[in-house]
Amino acid sequence: MTEIVKKHPLAVRWFHWINFPVLAIMIWSGLLIYWANDVYRIGFGSTTLLKFFPKSFYQALNLERHLAEGMAYHFLFMWLFFLNGIAYVVYTIFSGEWRDLVPLKGSFKRSWQVLLHDLHIRKSAPPVKGKYNDAQRIAYTAIIIMGIGSLLTGLAIYKPVQLSWLCWLMGGYKFARILHFAFTIGYVLFFLIHIFQVIRAGWNNFRAMITGFEVRKTKEEKPVEEISK
Amino acid sequence: MANFFTTIFAKNSKLSTDQLILKKTVISFFFFFLFAGAAFWGWKWLRHESTSAKGTRPLLRNVLNTNESIFKTFLSGKNLAKEYPLSKAVSNPRVNGYEGIRSPLDSANWKMNVILQSGDTLKITVEDLQKLPKTDIVFDFKCIEGWSQVTHWAGVRFRDFVKAFGLTDETAKKYVGLATPDNGYYVGIDMPCIMHPQTILCYEMNGKPLPLNQGYPLRLIIPVKYGIKHLKRIGTMYFDNKRPPDYWYERGYDYFSGL
Repeated sequence: MTEIVKKHPLAVRWFHWINFPVLAIMIWSGLLIYWANDVYRIGFGSTTLLKFFPKSFYQALNLERHLAEGMAYHFLFMWLFFLNGIAYVVYTIFSGEWRDLVPLKGSFKRSWQVLLHDLHIRKSAPPVKGKYNDAQRIAYTAIIIMGIGSLLTGLAIYKPVQLSWLCWLMGGYKFARILHFAFTIGYVLFFLIHIFQVIRAGWNNFRAMITGFEVRKTKEEKPVEEISK
Repeated sequence: MANFFTTIFAKNSKLSTDQLILKKTVISFFFFFLFAGAAFWGWKWLRHESTSAKGTRPLLRNVLNTNESIFKTFLSGKNLAKEYPLSKAVSNPRVNGYEGIRSPLDSANWKMNVILQSGDTLKITVEDLQKLPKTDIVFDFKCIEGWSQVTHWAGVRFRDFVKAFGLTDETAKKYVGLATPDNGYYVGIDMPCIMHPQTILCYEMNGKPLPLNQGYPLRLIIPVKYGIKHLKRIGTMYFDNKRPPDYWYERGYDYFSGL
């Protein structure tokens, strides 16, 4: 026997699929802007381990000399990112969906066990309470905080004089720009792991993000007539 | 196939669980691909719009202008840019643009031409400005490219200049236009920003006359705007209710470019 189990509400599915192209455009237009002053790197002293970004990267994606265009797109799609994000958070709070998202007592410890299990180092997975396991709870809560972080640091570098208090709160103009960039790198890493996990979890899980439900096998039950006898 | 369609359009109550799964899946994916198609088409349309005389796609230009009015409604624009102690200022500020200052400067005959409402032109020298109170400012100069530098400038506050030269009537207009003597670079600035207390007609950098590549003999310093608005080597100044032409606006940047 199979049964239909509701998983994602329609609103959440909309928020998710709107966010995907909007965030992609925000990252792309952000790269057009970043190119104009691409000073970040990972390294120590004069040794650079990783430069953001090598010239070949910009060339491959045609990111060079589009600063004005990048700013215009960024300042259009920021509204969609903002409104969609706010709607999602408000919906999550009022629908009670937040209960499935926030980390629980012991989530951090169990998320390690989830990780070890996913890496096939640990045999059993820790028990799951609600829709998401503990690693998911932490990841999905973190990504919302990062979204808020992107909005705040973005606003701080957009109006650093008129919103000087916000700019100060975000660690100053230069640091806010670094944070804004770091969140974006975070999204890309999240995306890669997310895609990998979605593929690993399979069709039933993926379909739920579009249809809203999962299909579950139920244990074979005796026909109702027999019980009533 | 007929079976498939009867399943899709049948009432839920008449379907088995497996048929219901099929129906719901097909309908959801139909709308999903409809959404994806609409998003893709919308993006194509947005990208297809060609660059107009306004320097960017009309829709993007409208968005930039709309953002300006949205932020104006809840930001007073009166905040001051943070000022720093002299010791924080760099000794050799970055030179980023040569538009409008490539042509040779006739420094002996240089005067700033201020075009008045009456049609007359005031001709003002740096010596005239130096008779007015001098204002120093050390602030974090921000380039639209994304870098910033703490720099030290001095000159006469635009407000003080307006009062001293009797330009109060002119400042009833909405914008000020500035251009280099060769007209190679030009900016337009809204009146509230140019009348901001930190906006100066600047003739000194680091306590010395401006270097040539920083706009000698006179440039604009306007901390509430990106560097693109800090025009070097002022040749002409005029007042208008329409937006004066702006070099980087014509190349797709936001007209306001305020911080």
